[in-house]
Amino acid sequence: MEFSIEVNNRKIQARKGDTILETLTQNGIKIPRLCSVKSLSPTGACRICVVEVEGMKNLVASCSYPVSEGMVIHTHSPRVLKARKVLVELLLSNHPDDCLYCERNGNCELQDLSYELNVRERRITGVKSKLKLDLSGPCIVRDSSKCILCGRCVRVCDEIQSVSTFEFINRGSKTRIGTSMNRDLNFSNCIGCGQCILTCPTKALHEQSSLDRLQTELYNNKQQKVIQLDPAIMASIGEEFGVKPGKEIEGKLVASLRKIGFNYVFSTSFAADMVLMECAAELKQRMETKENLPLISSFCPAWVKYAEQFYPELLPHLSKVKSPALMLGSITKSYFANTIGVKQADILSVVATPCLARKFESQRIEMTRNGISDVDIVLTTRELAHLIRIYGIDLQNIEPLLPDLPFRTSSSSGKLYANAGGFTEGVLRTLYYQTTGKEIPTTKIGELRSISGIKEYEQKIGKEQVKVVVSNGLTNINSLAKAIREGKLDAHFVEIVACQGGCVNGGGQPIGLSVKDKKMHAKSIYDIDDTEIMKAAHKNALLKDVYDKFSEVVGKKNVDILLYTRYTKRDVLR
Amino acid sequence: MGKNILKRIDLIFKEEPDSKNVLKKTLSKSNDELINELIASGLKGRGGAGFPTGLKWKLTAESKSTEKYVICNADEGEPGTFKDREILTQVPYKVLTGMAVCGRIIGARKGFIYLRGEYKYLLKELNAEIKKFHAICDELGLKFRVEVFMGFGAYICGEESALFESMEGKRGEPRNKPPYPSDFGYLGKPTVINNVETLAHTFTIFQHGTDKFRELGVKDSHGSKLFSISGDTPTPGIYELELGMTVEDFVNDFGDGDTKAVQVGGASGFCVPRKKFRETRIGYQGKLTGISLPTGGSMMLFNSSRSMYNLLSNYLEFFTEESCGQCTPCRVGTQQLIEGIRAVKRGEKPASYLDKLLALTETMKATAKCGLGQSVANSFQSIVENFREEMIY
Amino acid sequence: MDALQEKIKEVVAHHGRERHNLLPVLQEVVEQERYLSDYAMTLIAEEMGISAADVYGTATFYSFMDTVPRGKYLIRVCKTITCYMKGKNQILMALEEALKIKLGETTPDKKFTLMETNCLGWCHKAPAMLINDDVHAELTVEKVHSLIKEYKERP
Repeated sequence: MEFSIEVNNRKIQARKGDTILETLTQNGIKIPRLCSVKSLSPTGACRICVVEVEGMKNLVASCSYPVSEGMVIHTHSPRVLKARKVLVELLLSNHPDDCLYCERNGNCELQDLSYELNVRERRITGVKSKLKLDLSGPCIVRDSSKCILCGRCVRVCDEIQSVSTFEFINRGSKTRIGTSMNRDLNFSNCIGCGQCILTCPTKALHEQSSLDRLQTELYNNKQQKVIQLDPAIMASIGEEFGVKPGKEIEGKLVASLRKIGFNYVFSTSFAADMVLMECAAELKQRMETKENLPLISSFCPAWVKYAEQFYPELLPHLSKVKSPALMLGSITKSYFANTIGVKQADILSVVATPCLARKFESQRIEMTRNGISDVDIVLTTRELAHLIRIYGIDLQNIEPLLPDLPFRTSSSSGKLYANAGGFTEGVLRTLYYQTTGKEIPTTKIGELRSISGIKEYEQKIGKEQVKVVVSNGLTNINSLAKAIREGKLDAHFVEIVACQGGCVNGGGQPIGLSVKDKKMHAKSIYDIDDTEIMKAAHKNALLKDVYDKFSEVVGKKNVDILLYTRYTKRDVLR
Repeated sequence: MGKNILKRIDLIFKEEPDSKNVLKKTLSKSNDELINELIASGLKGRGGAGFPTGLKWKLTAESKSTEKYVICNADEGEPGTFKDREILTQVPYKVLTGMAVCGRIIGARKGFIYLRGEYKYLLKELNAEIKKFHAICDELGLKFRVEVFMGFGAYICGEESALFESMEGKRGEPRNKPPYPSDFGYLGKPTVINNVETLAHTFTIFQHGTDKFRELGVKDSHGSKLFSISGDTPTPGIYELELGMTVEDFVNDFGDGDTKAVQVGGASGFCVPRKKFRETRIGYQGKLTGISLPTGGSMMLFNSSRSMYNLLSNYLEFFTEESCGQCTPCRVGTQQLIEGIRAVKRGEKPASYLDKLLALTETMKATAKCGLGQSVANSFQSIVENFREEMIY
Repeated sequence: MDALQEKIKEVVAHHGRERHNLLPVLQEVVEQERYLSDYAMTLIAEEMGISAADVYGTATFYSFMDTVPRGKYLIRVCKTITCYMKGKNQILMALEEALKIKLGETTPDKKFTLMETNCLGWCHKAPAMLINDDVHAELTVEKVHSLIKEYKERP
């Protein structure tokens, strides 16, 4: 039902059931807000979005108040502006005063608000929060003194990811956001997806940074410094430098990283092709033996940790193939090291990735050989951008270079996995070829490119009707996982990625991206696939070459440990 | 006993024949008749907001759902209030009867008494009373059951939506309103939630008719009200009085001859200084309600030996601990208010800082999510404005 | 299965696994165990199918949900305005003297814990305190000493 309301002396149309904030936003009236985020349920906690409604004694929080017919609203009356300003002043009154030292300086919603609302003096003073910095987590650092208790992390972790690591604890002025039993993050069930960091308006949640260590390592001349670039980075890093996403940017990044001091720059997509080959073969074999079907993808480390914590009984279904980044890490420190005649220990292996959980994955015991990690340092997209800034590189104007051999090129399938469903497209292309000896008739599968949380598709391959399911955003997983556990899911392959939309929206990506930005990033990945001639992993000639020599170079007995991994039930405070 | 200037009423604690009589009476009437009686009586909630009880029942009765609840709010936590406990000790059957009648009218078969954890010693007796009451219900063919739900030390749970959250096993954080309890209460079902005293009054109304209640009090503030009287008074205790008296009458009756101020409505109420005793009335009319969140009727007297700074500081400490901590104005505001008055007292801040704090309470009042945060301004403003020197020196 | 696991299974089975039974479950465990240990909260979370963080967050909201061990007799002295005016501090000092502990502490024999609390609703008979569920009002220093003596003699 539609009706009209009056806002700032102007009539606008409103829909029954919408909140005041939704109505105002639809009509282009911007209201500042902190705790309210479009995709999460409103709590009305921060009160910044208050407006004046005629006939009501108090101001109302527009995020959680429904519109009703004939409402007369003032969004910027003196009373409203004064109240919003005081609310921001209150939040500042116990916030540490160290913007200049803060990682989110220039990209902080509290800072923006105090600027927008013209906060110019410290009128209210009082207790400053002095809370412990929790550095214990492999992916995420919590700086609770910067927390303004908007609760966005609590809701994202619960409503979108269904992990529930965070919860409000205590009461009154002692209210905090904490984990189970208020222990440090490393005891918690955090899977490191980093969606909380993306939603945090301040620096209360940020990544465990590896930049300092990297800078020291870059000056160690005894080692060969190798970095690999994840395809999803190319979609998003341009935001930080005003460069459009696309093919161009990979070359520019390669050139920048060489300038910074890396000896070799590889493409993670190369290993993604390898993972697709292995995974397609694994699926083919499981379909033949009908064992542990459906095969569940394992390239998302946040999902893997989630499964180890919450669904250990599903672990036999998980693909034993390593993730692309760690696969490249292991072949860099074996195949590549042997090729150039360098010891395993004399290679520094760095991954640049949109995925925050890779920081945890790289520290897994399964990802070390002879006590040496396959991946030494994981940089998020944000850290990579920071690194480029530290070195003062002009990304816009730098001459592009190609990634290094032998892990240079990939099929477009090797890039598609950045989008949820893309991995499955890649698997189907290669499985079709491996089964029938022919190329798949249609490469572009619209059903797998939609933006829904669960996507399903069927593809006839040989005599078999192969059924695939893709799930993204972990809340969608619970019903799926239960169905698999009870043997009720009629599917051969299930792709699961923790972050909504896939790696392209990973927890290491730039903060503060709009829905439009995100759509454009996803599209840029599909665009590459649409224009690329080499669309499937099995067509990658460089990969064929590596496969041909692989067991000879690394030694036959080492092949399995280099390509495959294993999973174990994990006891955490759930 | 006091000086008996004010007329003592004896309705609530008056021993009546058991519930059966009233239940039978109401069973012979239609729901509409009963609701109209209640509306005609002018009874308003004795718990805080003073919402007309009849209307509340009517709205919930009209709400469509196969599952509804009646809840008696016995989370009496407002400093200076202790009358609900006395009702539950002396005349629990009146409360239970009110709940059952309400249940019949709105279509609820289940009622809860949310009893604050601090009153756990009442539980045994109360459960015995409930058992007796269930037998009466069964005898009359009334399908209604009451259960006690224990609180566990949280003042904010007296706020109705926080109480629902608490009963649902969550942190007692007030909800966004609307939706209101008449549509979306406990477990999301239409719910009537009434204060203990309100329910006891419904018994009187159904037993003796509307007039007996309505003839008491003044316009818009009908009936009698229980007052919990404490502080500097020779006669502390619980008194049933007519609504509409002035604070002056009240002080003359209960004061110790040296009353400097009266706190009306507990920590979340107003502090009335001596110079305003005459002009201030207790009732629903005018500025002072005599009833405020979450339970009304608290009257605390202070004589000239008391420091109003200590008083305010005690209230603010109470609020910093008892705020649910959810919304910014209440969580941070209460904390910075107490820090602020301490800083002024220590001379670290100029006296003019009090004006900034007063302005802050205005914002808290306008923006806080629930009644608790909104009402901190009441005592802060009335104390700081009337006793400014005591805050500074 | 250890004793606590068994107990919690039993308590949860008695009240029901639905979320709205969480408070009664927590209350019963506090009553029996004298506090909610991390382990107990983890078990309750598992048994009721909610996250441990959620159980912990809910428990820490309520003042009476002790998450650290308490003595057999938990004393809560009211500190709100009327009790404060009527000599709560002297009562507290008398208790500290009688129990040889400070506010917030538990006696070494784990028999008494001394705490403060907000309004108990005994303002007309202030000062007041709770010992476990029982209220003691119109306290004086003498009364406190004889009360504690009596409680000390209890098993």
